[in-house]
Amino acid sequence: MAETSRILTEEMVAEIKAYFPRYPSRQAVTLPALHTVNEHLRYVPPQAVVEVAELLELHPAQVQDTLTFYGFFKQDAPHGKKRVWVCRSISCALRGGEEVLSAMCEKAGIHPGETTADGRLTLEAAECLGACEQAPCMLAGNDLVGDVTTESAEEFVATLE
Amino acid sequence: MPEFEPVLLANIGKTDSHRRHVYESGGGYQALRATLKDKAPDDVTNMVKDSALRGRGGAGFPTGLKWTFLPKDHPGPFYMCINADESEPGTFNNRILMEDDPHQVIEGAIISCYATRASTAYLYLRYEYPLAYQRLQQAIDECYEAGYLGKNILGSEFSLDMYLHRGAAAYICGEETGLIESLEGKRAWPRIKPPFPAVEGVFRKPTVVNNIETLACVTHIAARGVDWFKSIGVPPAPDNPRDPGSFGPKLYCLSGHINRPGCYEAPLGITCRELIEDFGGGVWKGRAGKAAIPGGISMGVLTEAEFDTPLDFAGPGKAGCLGLGTAAVVVIDETVSMVDFLHNSCRFFAHESCGQCTPCREGTSWSLRMLDRIRAGRGRIKDLDLLLEIGDTIGIMPGTTICGLADGAAWPIKNAIRKFRDEFEDYIKRTNPEGWMVTEPVEALEATGIH
Repeated sequence: MAETSRILTEEMVAEIKAYFPRYPSRQAVTLPALHTVNEHLRYVPPQAVVEVAELLELHPAQVQDTLTFYGFFKQDAPHGKKRVWVCRSISCALRGGEEVLSAMCEKAGIHPGETTADGRLTLEAAECLGACEQAPCMLAGNDLVGDVTTESAEEFVATLE
Repeated sequence: MPEFEPVLLANIGKTDSHRRHVYESGGGYQALRATLKDKAPDDVTNMVKDSALRGRGGAGFPTGLKWTFLPKDHPGPFYMCINADESEPGTFNNRILMEDDPHQVIEGAIISCYATRASTAYLYLRYEYPLAYQRLQQAIDECYEAGYLGKNILGSEFSLDMYLHRGAAAYICGEETGLIESLEGKRAWPRIKPPFPAVEGVFRKPTVVNNIETLACVTHIAARGVDWFKSIGVPPAPDNPRDPGSFGPKLYCLSGHINRPGCYEAPLGITCRELIEDFGGGVWKGRAGKAAIPGGISMGVLTEAEFDTPLDFAGPGKAGCLGLGTAAVVVIDETVSMVDFLHNSCRFFAHESCGQCTPCREGTSWSLRMLDRIRAGRGRIKDLDLLLEIGDTIGIMPGTTICGLADGAAWPIKNAIRKFRDEFEDYIKRTNPEGWMVTEPVEALEATGIH
């Protein structure tokens, strides 16, 4: 069998192991480990699942089973440098959230869930982001952006680094 | 009624309200000190039981009673899971508390862990709250530095560790056993109950799951007492011996077509109309209200004529809604089509159904497919009856699912169609003049992406 090159760096492994004392079971570290990998690589490829499973003393299928439940971790290719979640739930929809998402998709030339060819942006349709007082809103990386208009959303796409 | 003094939002707006020194300068952590010094764990449980505090996460179960379900003779360890997976559309009160006053929540959590003998608390936070994550972690670190967390808290025999655990964008993790499964590193499929978490919860140990706002209320009950708490809100209905009443202050979220959206604190029992007019400054753009969600989308809808419904635990149910839920009011103005409203609701639940129980998995996505077809001008009157049949048969109330997600999916369907039937029929007849009366099966549209 061909030697597959390791994906998890020593740094990632150390970060994952730091979670071990918090829980009485290794399996409970699954989500923290997947988040760790995702923060470093912007996706969790199958080989990373295998390596996480080794660390957590699980079968890769157990980690994969959990991972696929969430629809959050991409596996085929990294998400864009900026991943933007645009809310489409009721409070945002009532104030133009769907139009904001459409405008951004058109401006960026992608559908929700896709990444621009230059790798700058991934757009996601989000369910309620819990910032309904600022509707319509979006979460751009770690930044909540409220009271978005189609104009400000297009501007956001156009000026993204 | 005496003047109402907000307590849950009292610190919010102060400079650095999320920092420990600011919280302490307003008397913060004095309730914890007094509790550890003067009270036994059972005294705290009895205090919370006497206060008649009901869980603020949606179901309204009496908090103290939940704690008494923990086994007395178990060797432990006991766990506390703090439910911060707030994801109900329209709801953001927990986010405000965690971002702007996390110590208020943590103090209540420590007192609650003392009462329930928990040695570890996991705060399960939804992924979409990065600022809350950062501020909670800072607050937890500040608590370890001050000796409010860790070994022998404030010189007592009581020790407690608290850890943040991030979710990954799944609504079902707010269901308490879904949360537990997710915390254990598995898919967040709710468990069949019994056993309830108090008997066998996370890591198969006795576990209490409490909501963020519930724990903030515990802080104030410990500081101000049971009588203060019970002086606010609505007493039990005299003709219903099982009604625990609706006591205490409540955070109401107001969003949608409103002039001043926001999170407001009021005594339980304020009416939907008072909230809209007095706090929200009325419906936006000078328009009339058409409907309002009373407590998160899964509670269904009130019509404008029902806006005088009191938003206590018993109120929305009297207007045919599922309940108070998260007390998140979403106002819908006269320009909105209820077909569009229901489509949005069905899409949400089709996306968030965890897929474990067939009636929910199939019922929610079938509802969405019908709404898609209706909006594409190919609806039939018969679809309304089919939608109602789905609404009446999915959920824990008809007894076909493990958890209440399906009841939450069903209620907007039932309320919207039963309360706005004429509008739905008119829409279908107007948009599908050739086929609205067809009763034979029709093809679904090309599958639309649910995910």
